[in-house]
Amino acid sequence: MALTKADIAEQLYEELGLNKREAKEFVEIFFSEISDILVSGLDVKISGFGNFVLRDKKGRPGRNPKTGEDVQISPRRVVTFRSGQKLKARVENNATSE
Amino acid sequence: MDLKRETITKSQLIEKISLKIPQLGNKDVELSVKTLIEKIIDSLSKGDRTEVRGFGSFSVHYRKPRIGRNPKTGDSVSLPGKNAAHFKPGKVLRNKINNLHDID
Repeated sequence: MALTKADIAEQLYEELGLNKREAKEFVEIFFSEISDILVSGLDVKISGFGNFVLRDKKGRPGRNPKTGEDVQISPRRVVTFRSGQKLKARVENNATSE
Repeated sequence: MDLKRETITKSQLIEKISLKIPQLGNKDVELSVKTLIEKIIDSLSKGDRTEVRGFGSFSVHYRKPRIGRNPKTGDSVSLPGKNAAHFKPGKVLRNKINNLHDID
C-alpha cells in the first residue's frame, strides 16, 4: 500500500498529538517548502534521509519513440535524489527480486 | 558539469517551515520533520511507495546482483542484489524547476 500525505498527517496526529488541521498543514508545507527551495536554485540536504540535488543538463538530439522522428531535446534543469546512508541501509536489506 | 550549488540543510528547512506554521513552534516542527521522514523510510523499507501529488514519489527499485571490482586491487567481487530507494519528481515539480508553465 502506498503511503500518502493523508497517511503521514494521520500519523503525526496519532503519534505527536498535533491537531488534525495542523498535521495536514505541516505535511503540505514540508513538501512545498522543499519544492520552493529547489525552484529557487538551491539543493536540499536532509540528514538521515537524503539529498535533493539539481542538475543542469545540456540539450541533446533525441528521438520521439512513437514516431521515430528526430527532435532536439532542450537544455533543462532536473532534480535528482541521492539516498543517505541510513535510508540505503534500511532499504537494501530485504532484497526480494521483482 | 554542475557548479557547486548552495545547499539548504535540515535545520534551515525546519526554520523555514516554522516561519510558515508559527502555531507549531520550532520543537514540534523538528519532531514532525523527524517523524515524517521516519514514516517514509519505514514504508520504503517494507517495499511500499510514498506518493506526494505534485511533488513526486519515492519507491524501491531492485538492483540485480553484479560482478564489481575493487578499484584499488582490481580484484573481482561478486555483489549481491539489493534494493535501493528511488525518487521520481512529479510533473508539477519537474516543470517548475525547469521554468515551464504547467500544461494541465
